[in-house]
Amino acid sequence: MKLDARVPGGPLADKWSRLRNDLKLVSPANKRKRSIIVVGTGLAGGAAAAALGELGYKVTAFCYQDSARRAHSIAAQGGINAAKNYQNDGDTIYRLFYDTIKGGDYRSREANVYRLAEVSNAIIDHCVAQGIPFAREYGGYLANRSFGGAQVSRTFYARGQTGQQLLLGAYASLNAQVAAGNVTVRPRTEMLDLVVIDGRARGVVTRDLVSGAVECHVGDAVLLATGGYSNVYFLSTNAKGCNVTAIWRAFKRGAAFANPCYTQIHPTCIPQAGDYQSKLTLMSESLRNDGRVWVPKAVGDQREPGDIPEAERDYYLERIYPSFGNLVPRDVASRNAKKACDEGRGVGPGRRGVYLDFADAIGRLGEHVIRARYGNLFDMYQMITGENPYRVPMRIYPAPHYTMGGLWVDYYLMSTIPGLFVLGEANFSDHGANRLGASALMQGLADGYFIIPYTLGEYLAGAKLEAVGAGHDVCRSVVAEVEARTAKLLAINGSRTVDSLHRELGMLMLDECGMSRTAPGLTAAIEKIRSLRDSFWSDVRVPGEGADLNQELEKAGRVADHLELAELMCRDALQRNESCGGHFREEYQTEEGEALRDDQNFTNVTVWEHGGGDAPPRQHTEDLIFETVHPTQRSYK
Amino acid sequence: MKLTLHVWRQRNPADAGAFATYELEDVSTHMSFLEMLDVLNQDLIAKGEEPIAFEHDCREGICGSCGFMVNGVAHGEQPGVTVCQLHMRHFKDGDEVTIEPWRAKAFPIIKDLVVDRSAFDRIMHAGGFITVRTGSAPDANAIPITTENVEHAMDFAECIGCGACVASCPNGAAMLFVGAKIAHLGLLPQGQPERAARALRMVEAMEREAFGACSNFRACEAVCPKEISISGIARMNKDFRRVALAGPAPARGKRR
Amino acid sequence: MSHSAGFLGSTLGKKVLMAVTGIILFGFVLGHMLGNQQIYLGAERLNHYAELLQANQALLWAVRSVLLFCVAVHIVAAVQVWLRSRAARPVRYRVFRPPAVDYAARTMVWSGPIIALFIIFHLLDLTVGSAHPNYIRGDVYHNVIASFSQPVVALVYVAANLLLAFHLYHGLWSLFQTIGWDHPRFGFVRRAVAVLFAVLIGAGNIAIPLAVLTGVVR
Ligand SMILES: Cc1cc2nc3c(=O)[nH]c(=O)nc-3n(C[C@H](O)[C@H](O)[C@H](O)COP(=O)(O)OP(=O)(O)OC[C@H]3O[C@@H](n4cnc5c(N)ncnc54)[C@H](O)[C@@H]3O)c2cc1C
Ligand code: FES
Repeated sequence: MKLDARVPGGPLADKWSRLRNDLKLVSPANKRKRSIIVVGTGLAGGAAAAALGELGYKVTAFCYQDSARRAHSIAAQGGINAAKNYQNDGDTIYRLFYDTIKGGDYRSREANVYRLAEVSNAIIDHCVAQGIPFAREYGGYLANRSFGGAQVSRTFYARGQTGQQLLLGAYASLNAQVAAGNVTVRPRTEMLDLVVIDGRARGVVTRDLVSGAVECHVGDAVLLATGGYSNVYFLSTNAKGCNVTAIWRAFKRGAAFANPCYTQIHPTCIPQAGDYQSKLTLMSESLRNDGRVWVPKAVGDQREPGDIPEAERDYYLERIYPSFGNLVPRDVASRNAKKACDEGRGVGPGRRGVYLDFADAIGRLGEHVIRARYGNLFDMYQMITGENPYRVPMRIYPAPHYTMGGLWVDYYLMSTIPGLFVLGEANFSDHGANRLGASALMQGLADGYFIIPYTLGEYLAGAKLEAVGAGHDVCRSVVAEVEARTAKLLAINGSRTVDSLHRELGMLMLDECGMSRTAPGLTAAIEKIRSLRDSFWSDVRVPGEGADLNQELEKAGRVADHLELAELMCRDALQRNESCGGHFREEYQTEEGEALRDDQNFTNVTVWEHGGGDAPPRQHTEDLIFETVHPTQRSYK
Repeated sequence: MKLTLHVWRQRNPADAGAFATYELEDVSTHMSFLEMLDVLNQDLIAKGEEPIAFEHDCREGICGSCGFMVNGVAHGEQPGVTVCQLHMRHFKDGDEVTIEPWRAKAFPIIKDLVVDRSAFDRIMHAGGFITVRTGSAPDANAIPITTENVEHAMDFAECIGCGACVASCPNGAAMLFVGAKIAHLGLLPQGQPERAARALRMVEAMEREAFGACSNFRACEAVCPKEISISGIARMNKDFRRVALAGPAPARGKRR
Repeated sequence: MSHSAGFLGSTLGKKVLMAVTGIILFGFVLGHMLGNQQIYLGAERLNHYAELLQANQALLWAVRSVLLFCVAVHIVAAVQVWLRSRAARPVRYRVFRPPAVDYAARTMVWSGPIIALFIIFHLLDLTVGSAHPNYIRGDVYHNVIASFSQPVVALVYVAANLLLAFHLYHGLWSLFQTIGWDHPRFGFVRRAVAVLFAVLIGAGNIAIPLAVLTGVVR
């Protein structure tokens, strides 16, 4: 497989503008004749569909929810970064680029990340014009907050619902294009396969989630913006429906998958309360500004937190990282929480939790100050746990949150299948081995509003595309495959529910391919995943029918794909003999227990190509070339 | 604790539907309401029955997917939450719980507790936006907006489109939803050029759907998980009256 | 013109129609109540006032037609809106407990028709006289006393006026909402205005039959 990132030449800061000067354009008359399929209506897909509609393309956008407005981008709380420097605190495009690439532990492509920082300002302009009520200062100008991994204040926010407001903005622009007749939205429609004709992506096969009808939709290009796959862990901060299906099906049709093992496990989530737990809730990282993390010093100490004297508490982050203390990056905080619990010092039900204690802050600042800062979060915590965090310390535990890995794309956001573009969390492009807070929203909107409208045009202008119809032989055979798979799932009629299998997979993945990984653990996990996959295909029970709204069937299809992805994640983690960002291999750590990168051998992207049938996937690498920044060791001591 | 559930079961839109009763033996007070249903569904599947279909996605009260009536109240009796945020600690051992889908002509039932809320989308398609071409916006700080206005707009912008307002309105009206959107955009300077046209188009679209009228019962406001005020309805009424009585709306005939 | 037709065809427009006719009817009810207070000043004064009102027949009928027209529009719009709302929920809930529902709002559906029936009775009783035990044309004072001396009739008047007060209270408050007078600073004013006028009209009207019944006015 040839991997050409097609990064334009010239100095870093000029690459994007030079490319735009040279891009081929599609004439307005021809745009009308081009039909584009967009799968996903989150920030990335919603923005892309709206922007392409504005240009005059005929766009059809799909999502599995009942409305485009419900994509999981809606749940993002904290904010979105941009290099506006409205605070006059020294921010620049370069600095945003630098922070993002460093935050990613030097495992992302310089040119992509620079472009992201470069278009970040236009995103804020556009969003304000759409009517997004970002927080403002008393003078009426936009407010900013600071977020992890940065020394400047560059995060724009709308209360604790930034993702919601940004998504409603994209949805509004989408609505304008629906009204203009350029975009058709197909909610409750799940993409189950990709149609590749003559080596080019030409359509998707979908299932109507209400009628069960399996249909083929053809177009001149296909955009996947289907979000992340944290749900491979069953319990995550993602919505219940988030899944890998769209990109996994594309992988099986020839799109390469990059860095599947890079996942972000967020440290401040509410711990699991019982076996019935269905998802985990994220609480803003900002809590660590005033909360102190601790566990009992003694193993198995079951006393109430209030009964444990100061001297018998271990404020482990402050102890190990005296200079950053409780504010170490996400991956470090998560890993240390896991370690404390593995040692038997965890707290709360199931002993998988650590305290986040505000007693000191309340004593120092007064309860009213803490209430003003975190009132919403405290209320949310109390609503979920029934405990009052003003009186007893919060309990937190890390939860899978974001997947940096995804389909490999070049600088044009095109995958290894010509005509297949991948946007947002679904691609691998900008966050390397670890994502900084407030940068996923930025990336989704950058991809959708400001990058794909240009790079897609270049593809369409340059490609000779034969007209194809939904009756094309390839379409028909893919539809038949999808139907057969559905029928197969319904026919197994075994004894295990989809959820029970998914839960088992999730637990295994969290243990072996979560916050810390080892070669023996991963090797064993691969075997276990295979046997779990066998149990799935021989013993799952999917009730109901195919020609109906059937939520179990939907889940079954997604879990089947997660079961395949999980193996690839483990393989990827196993071959990456270094620790970087969210990927921590216990074998590769410094004497103090910190992640040890191997820049000599692993300054690259691991790119997997489907082996075809049951053959193992083929491994390729894209070398990362750092022309501008110089990788350094992260230290938070 | 033990619970008795009476749940509306309906195979498809054509089916007449009926209540089914389920006895739950061992419900943990830490569960969320939806987790309680998950557990019941696992049992039903094991027994060879079809699980109860209900809509959900984020399970943290923001996507607006979930929603049904719990003992006659949309999203249950706790104020300011969606049903995915409702926890079982608010129920007592031995409680009987009636679970019914949103009932409104404009929200036809698809299956069990799942209803079709696409009427909301059609209203939004009609005018729920500010027309701005990507790339054409001025600098974000070009127009200062008072914090008061922006916070007021945000109060309305928080609507999650769950449909509880329609479900709880004795008249099955969608005014709170439409009012919230019109108020959100109408309160911001960016929303002014299309303010009249937006109110006209969105209200007309609402009228085309089978929603009822507002009698100021205020049940919508009481159940809204985001606690949106009916003052949005007043704003909608005003905007609509002005444009509808003022004769041809400026941006009506031709779209640019 | 087609625009206002479209406006009036909409439920929002119909609510505005109800509001506008409601204001006119409210004005009449207020004036009617105030005028009738002259009963406390004796027969001569009241009868003289009545004579005055009857003096210009053309004006009287003009006013009556306006009122009749308003009543008709108010009722037709109300029925249309009500039908639309009923149709909006063809299948009822088995359990339906919408919280914090404004109680007065609930009474509108039946207080409206009952008040309409009452008005018919009231006209037959004290304007036409056909429902009156001993009607003397021109002697309003006598007619009122005679009618209200019947405990049942007096109670009907009291009950109907209580309903009217509720109807006005919710109607007035709704009117602000319908017209869109909603400045947050005046939120409490809306409520206060509605309560004030509802109580004023209710009390003023109810006081008369009570006064007759208790012998304060003879
Ligand atoms: C709780 C939480 C908080 C977060 N907070 C922040 C934050 O503060 N700042 C930040 O920058 N980032 C944050 N993130 C990350 C960020 O929200 C996401 O990475 C980003 O929104 C993803 O956007 P997307 O458009 O790529 O995908 P999504 O928004 O997930 O959209 C995916 C779309 O694809 C559709 N889809 C998926 N599969 C299929 C299929 N098979 N067929 C059809 N349609 C399909 C879905 O229906 C949906 O429309 C947060 C994430 C979470 C979970
Ligand atoms: S599931 Fe998203 S709001 Fe309840």
